[in-house]
Amino acid sequence: MTGLLILIPIALVLGLVAVAAFMWSLKDGQYQDPKGAAMRILLDDDLDEQDQPLNASR
Amino acid sequence: MSEIANSGCPSGLAPPASPPAGPIDPTPFVRERHQNYELELAVTGAKCAGCISKIERALMELPGMQEARLNLSTGKLYTQWQGNLPASRITLSLDELGYRAMPYDPAALEKDKDHYGRFLLRCMAVAGFASANIMLLSVSVWAATDGEMGEATRSLMHLISALIAIPAAAYAGRPFFSSAWNALRKGQANMDVPISLAVFLALGMSLAESLNSGHDAYFDAAVMLLFFLLIGRWLDHNLRDRARSAAQDLLALQATTATRINAQGHAQVISPKDIRPGDILSIAVGDKVPVDSEIIDGESEIDLALLTGEPVPVPATKGDQVSGGAVNVSRPLTVRAKADIQNSLIADLVRLVEAGQQAKGRFTILADKAARAYVPIVHTLALITVIGWLTIGDATLREAIMIATAVLIITCPCALGLATPAVQVVATGELFRRGILVKSGNALERLAAAEHFVFDKTGTLTEGKLSWTNADNLSKEDLAYLAPLARASRHPIARAIVEQAGGGPVAEHVEEIPGEGLCGNVNGEIVLFGRARLIGVPDDADSASTISWLKIGDRAPLPLYFSDELRSDAARTIALLKNEGVAVSLLSGDRSKAVRTIADQLGIKEWQAAITPQDKSAYTAKLSKTAPVAMIGDGINDAPAMAHATVSMSPGSAAEAAQSAADFVFQSGGLGAVTTARDMARRARQHILQNFAFAAVYNALAAPLAMAGLVNPLIAALAMSGSSIIVTVNALRLSSGKKATS
Repeated sequence: MTGLLILIPIALVLGLVAVAAFMWSLKDGQYQDPKGAAMRILLDDDLDEQDQPLNASR
Repeated sequence: MSEIANSGCPSGLAPPASPPAGPIDPTPFVRERHQNYELELAVTGAKCAGCISKIERALMELPGMQEARLNLSTGKLYTQWQGNLPASRITLSLDELGYRAMPYDPAALEKDKDHYGRFLLRCMAVAGFASANIMLLSVSVWAATDGEMGEATRSLMHLISALIAIPAAAYAGRPFFSSAWNALRKGQANMDVPISLAVFLALGMSLAESLNSGHDAYFDAAVMLLFFLLIGRWLDHNLRDRARSAAQDLLALQATTATRINAQGHAQVISPKDIRPGDILSIAVGDKVPVDSEIIDGESEIDLALLTGEPVPVPATKGDQVSGGAVNVSRPLTVRAKADIQNSLIADLVRLVEAGQQAKGRFTILADKAARAYVPIVHTLALITVIGWLTIGDATLREAIMIATAVLIITCPCALGLATPAVQVVATGELFRRGILVKSGNALERLAAAEHFVFDKTGTLTEGKLSWTNADNLSKEDLAYLAPLARASRHPIARAIVEQAGGGPVAEHVEEIPGEGLCGNVNGEIVLFGRARLIGVPDDADSASTISWLKIGDRAPLPLYFSDELRSDAARTIALLKNEGVAVSLLSGDRSKAVRTIADQLGIKEWQAAITPQDKSAYTAKLSKTAPVAMIGDGINDAPAMAHATVSMSPGSAAEAAQSAADFVFQSGGLGAVTTARDMARRARQHILQNFAFAAVYNALAAPLAMAGLVNPLIAALAMSGSSIIVTVNALRLSSGKKATS
C-alpha cells in the first residue's frame, strides 16, 4: 500500500511534466515547419571548419 | 540570366523560376520594428535541404542582414536586417538563385496561424496523456480478478482516475461540447451530440460509482474515446487546411508594385492599391499591367494569357486597351489607368472564384451522410436500453443509466470518426509519392463522383508553349544566323528557337518590331525573322500552325513552323476516360480552327472555342448543377471555371492562381496523372465504404451486447481500440495496392 502511495503520485507528476513539455514545444513553434526540420539535419553548416567531412563539396 | 544548371532547386525537385517577370521590388511591404526592418516573402521552388542552404546562405551575405529563415513547409521566407539594404536586393538575390519570390500580404499572415489546428493538437495531447495515465490504473483493476484487490484499493484507483479524467475531459472535450451545443441550440443534432452525451454520462456515472465503492468505472473509456476521435479530427483538419485561397493568389498575382509617373515626371514605386483612374503608369518589359488601362505611349506586344490562355502575344499600340494582369513582352509602355484595382478584370475573376468556392460546400461527403443516419439510431438505442431495464429488467435508475452509458460508449464512433480521415491521409500520401498534390481531404470523394471532365486546351492538353516543329529542316549555318537574333527577344517564338539552339552569343542592335518580328545584323548579313508580312512573302492565314520566316541577306526566305504540341499521353488519357463512361469536353480561348484540330485528334465531340473566362465559369457552374463535373486547366483564365466545378486539377506548370484554385496539382509532364488520381480516388471511396460497413457490423454486434448489460469497462476499451485499429489497417491497405498506372 505504501508502494502505491509513493508511486502513483510520482506517476501523475511525471505525466503532468510530459504534458507541460509538449505544450511548451507547441508554443515554441517547433511544429511549424516539419519539412524544414527534416531537411535541416542534412545541412553541415553547424560543424566547425576542421570538422568538415573530407569529401565535402563547397 | 543565370545558368540553367545552377538555377533553382539543386535536387531538381522543382523547375527553376521561368524568365518573364523579373525580380519585383517589395519595398512597400517592408515593416519597421525597433530599428530593424522585416520582410516576409512567399518563395516558390524551394523543396530540399539544398534550397534552404542556398537561400539562407546567400541572403545572410547581404550587408546588414541579421536573420534569414525559410519555412520549407509553407514557403515563407522571413528576413530581418538593419541599415539601408534596399529590399529589392533580396528579391534580386532570390531571382539570381532561380527562385520566385513575392511579398506576403500582411493581412494573409493572420490566416497562417492555424489556431484551430493547434487547439486540436493541444486537446489531443491532453487526452492522450490522460488516457495513458488512467490506463495505468485501470489495468491494475482489471488484472485483479477474483478479489485480489480490496474494495478500498479499487476505490482509490477509481478516484484517482476521476481526478485525472474529469479535468482532462473538460479540456480535451471542448471541440465536441461546443459543436454539440451549437447544434442543439439550433434544434438539430450532429455527430458530436451522442459523443458529448456519452462522455458526460460516462464520467458522471463513473464518479457516482466510485464514490459508492462500485465495481465498474468508465473513466478510461471516456477519455480514450476523446483521444481517438481527436486524432480523426486533427487529421481531417490538416487535410482541409492545405487549400490556399485561390482568390488570394489571384490578387497576389497582380503586379505587386506599380510605377506611377507623377505630375513632375518622376517615377514612384507604389502599391497597386493606390492606383486611381487617370494615373499615368510606366510598364517596363516583363512587367504586368496592374489595372485596366489605355496605352498612351509606346508600341509593344502583350501576353494575354489571362484572357485567352494562349502563349502568343498580341501587338498593342497607342490607343489600345489592355487588361490588368496582361504581361508586357517587348518594349516599355506608358499607360493611363482606366480603373482602380477593385474594378479590373482580375478583381472580377477574383469575385467569380470566391463565389465558386462557396458553392463547393454543397457536395455532401460520405461521412456526413453516415452521421445523419447514425445519430438518431444511437439515441434511440440508448433510450430503449434505459426504459427496457427500468421496466422489464427491473433495475434501479442508477443501474439502467449505467447500462445505457455503456451502450453509448461502445457504439460511439471511433471507427466512424477515423474511417474517412485515415483513408484520406493514406490516399493523399500515395498520390503525393506519384507527384500529385491533393489540396483537401474531400477532394478525393469529389473526384471519384465526377461524371463529366472538362479540359482546357493550351497548357493542359498541350504543352502550353510553342515548339519549333521543323527544326531539322534548317542547316547549322542558317541556325548560326538565326540563334543570336532569337536570343535577344523574350517572345515565345524566339524562346522556342533558343530552346533548340541552346546558349550562345547574342546579336547586338537587334530591332524588335512589335507584331512583325526581329531585324538584326549577324556576321555582316542583315537577318530578318518574323511574319510573312515583314519578309514580303504571301501570308498563309489558313494554316493550323504558326509560320515564321527567316531571311538571311538576299537569299530566299525559309519557313519555320511552330505549334503547341499535344502532351504525349493526352490521347491515351482521353480514351481511358471515355472508356470508363465519363463525358469529356474541351473549352478554349483559342481560335476555332486550332481547337477543332485538337478536338478531332483526341476524339472529343463537345468543344467550344474563343471562350472568355467568365463564360468558362458559367459553363462549369451550369454543368455542376446536374452532375459532378471535374475541370482541368492551367491558366488564370481557367481559375473561375475551376472554382465553380465540383472538383478541379491543374498541372504544376500552371499559373499560381490556377494551382491555387485546383484541388489537385500534378507535377509530372503528362496527363496520365488525371487517370491516376481518379483511380486512387475511386479506390479510396471503396475503402471508406468498407470502413463504414465494418463500423456498422461492429455496432450491430456490440450494441445488443451492451444493451443486455454484458459489457464492462475492459470490453469497452478493447472494443474501441480494436475497431480503431482495424479501420486504420484497412486504410493502410490502400498503399500496398497494385494498379500503378505507368
